[in-house]
Amino acid sequence: MPTVAPLDLDSHCIATAWLDDTPHFALADGVVHRLDNGHKQVEANDGLLAATRTLDGKALLTAGEDGRVCKISPEGGVETLAEIGRKWVTSLAAGPQGAVAFATGRIAHVLLPDAKEKKLEHPRSVEGVAFAPKGLRIAVARYNGATLHFPATDGKPTELEWAGAHTAVTFSPDGNFLVTAMQESALHGWKLSDGKHMRMSGYPAKVKSFSWSAKGKWLASSGAPAAIVWPFQAKDGPMGKAPLELGTRGDTMVTCVACHPDSDILAIGYGDGMVIAARFADQKEVLLRRPGKGAVTAMAWDSAGQRIAFGAETGECGIIDISG
Amino acid sequence: MAGMRGVQIGSMATISRGQTALYPRLPMSDPQTQIPVTVLTGYLGAGKTTLLNRILSEDHGKRYAVIVNEFGEIGIDNDLIVESDEEIYEMNNGCICCTVRGDLIRTVEGLMRRPGRFDAILVETTGLADPAPVAQTFFMDDDVRAKTRLDAVVTLVDAKHLPLRLKDSHEAAEQIAFADVVVLNKIDLVTEDELRQVEASIRSINPAARIHRAERSGVDLAEVLDRGAFDLKRAVDNDPHFLDADDEHAHDHTHDSGVTSISLRGGEMDPKKFFPWIEKTTQIDGPNILRLKGIIAIKDDAERYVVQGVHMILEGDHQREWREEEKRESRLVLIGRDLDAERLRRTFEACQA
Repeated sequence: MPTVAPLDLDSHCIATAWLDDTPHFALADGVVHRLDNGHKQVEANDGLLAATRTLDGKALLTAGEDGRVCKISPEGGVETLAEIGRKWVTSLAAGPQGAVAFATGRIAHVLLPDAKEKKLEHPRSVEGVAFAPKGLRIAVARYNGATLHFPATDGKPTELEWAGAHTAVTFSPDGNFLVTAMQESALHGWKLSDGKHMRMSGYPAKVKSFSWSAKGKWLASSGAPAAIVWPFQAKDGPMGKAPLELGTRGDTMVTCVACHPDSDILAIGYGDGMVIAARFADQKEVLLRRPGKGAVTAMAWDSAGQRIAFGAETGECGIIDISG
Repeated sequence: MAGMRGVQIGSMATISRGQTALYPRLPMSDPQTQIPVTVLTGYLGAGKTTLLNRILSEDHGKRYAVIVNEFGEIGIDNDLIVESDEEIYEMNNGCICCTVRGDLIRTVEGLMRRPGRFDAILVETTGLADPAPVAQTFFMDDDVRAKTRLDAVVTLVDAKHLPLRLKDSHEAAEQIAFADVVVLNKIDLVTEDELRQVEASIRSINPAARIHRAERSGVDLAEVLDRGAFDLKRAVDNDPHFLDADDEHAHDHTHDSGVTSISLRGGEMDPKKFFPWIEKTTQIDGPNILRLKGIIAIKDDAERYVVQGVHMILEGDHQREWREEEKRESRLVLIGRDLDAERLRRTFEACQA
């Protein structure tokens, strides 16, 4: 039987992450909580807007309303990586060799592994940033498409056009596809080798959460009464294929998804706070957490795939242990 | 969710979503939990920042979050100010007037994650801002709409320079056309005669707005805040001017600015004719309709039906029972550009029961 160890906090949970074996909960009020032989906390930002784990899994990056980007160590140390003034830092991504990308207004900033900072200006707001899995390459989600840069060089960026507002971006783990979430409640994708488009539409709400399954075979997404899971095994990705629909509910929407690190299993969080796990192969479901007071906004699996750190918009957080 | 699939471009028709549901597009959110948003528009130098600072500094016990697109030369004295880059996003749905402000969506979403910090939001737009995307953001984005409600668009105009502004720009007329409240500022710089002319120009663009004269933005804040101008239940009741289309204003107005207001009057309406008519009208003329408001008497319906719209977005609901002393008639004001008054009047009247 799965068990839930609740951790009731008092601010919207932006992200959860495991550093080594310690669960961290980054809240909108700027405080990062952790369960490390007891409940501990550290103030990262004066208002937190984005948080993500570094690729080596040894630190948490945070960005906030105070214009600062910080690096939190598992011991609770706070290092300020960048300070850009009074504008909000609205998007954040962790890259290879410690590189960090973040967005403020129309500028994508990249902190390169050699500690140099690169500012990439765009004609429109940078809505989202993501690193490619290989090479030092970033993608920027923007109005009417996405832009790809090699920030360590001064090469010309690659523009991928598709009309509409693109609000978030992710590379497939094999680096073959780029996928954006759109204001119009759809995902858009490009096959990077030939620029071919794919439109993944039909969502009743905006996609706020997406997650690649182990080895990048599937892309799970929120924004519908079920978790929508697109197949990416074929060379043309999901083109012409219907997605899996996992954990369909009649009375609420999926707000957060997190794929298991090894198996084709998806943790699904809903608008009412419920969390389930569903297996891709047979769509079998297991209830992990009963509904709470508000929508699930963050989930992260530990490296062993045994525990999920989750958080909700109401500040209700906790650890689900599926091994029971 | 039948029908979801990944498609190769060209293999599926573009999705077109209905933009003009007559009934509210979404389940009504509880207005008690929605944070009110006041939008301040007006040309540079009209006194927006002065009014903003008055709202922030007066002793009313309310805390505000302020969203600005540029820091002006006058500082804003507030703890919670967010600077965002004005981003107008055309919705990818084939409708050119369906625009939203992407920066507002993101900023409002961020602010609402920490709701305990403020009681209301003020949005100060740049002098040249188009108010339509700002207003539409609060209707078209589901997340924004769930947590906030547009309270009113307040437009500041400079009594001395307005005539010139109306001639040399179309933003000035649009800002007035969109206004629920017009603060006619700097009245100490003009004569009473000039004032009357300026007021007549404002009225000719927007007969439904309330006009308040002011010096140094010294307007009673109760006339600016908590207006409920987009609240269907309140919008038409707390505004004595609204639709009062007195006879001198019953004709149509065209101003230098090209913005026209058309006041339509009729008797009881046949719902089978009126609803299709207003949906079709807002679809066809939507790009040219800046705002519309109306009270409709539906045949055999004991309640007043109220409608309002911004471009192609249309909302309607029953408001309250007709009072015994009230004349059961239908009134509709459309403010826009290049509207065919004759056709609108004829087709409107044809909907009468």
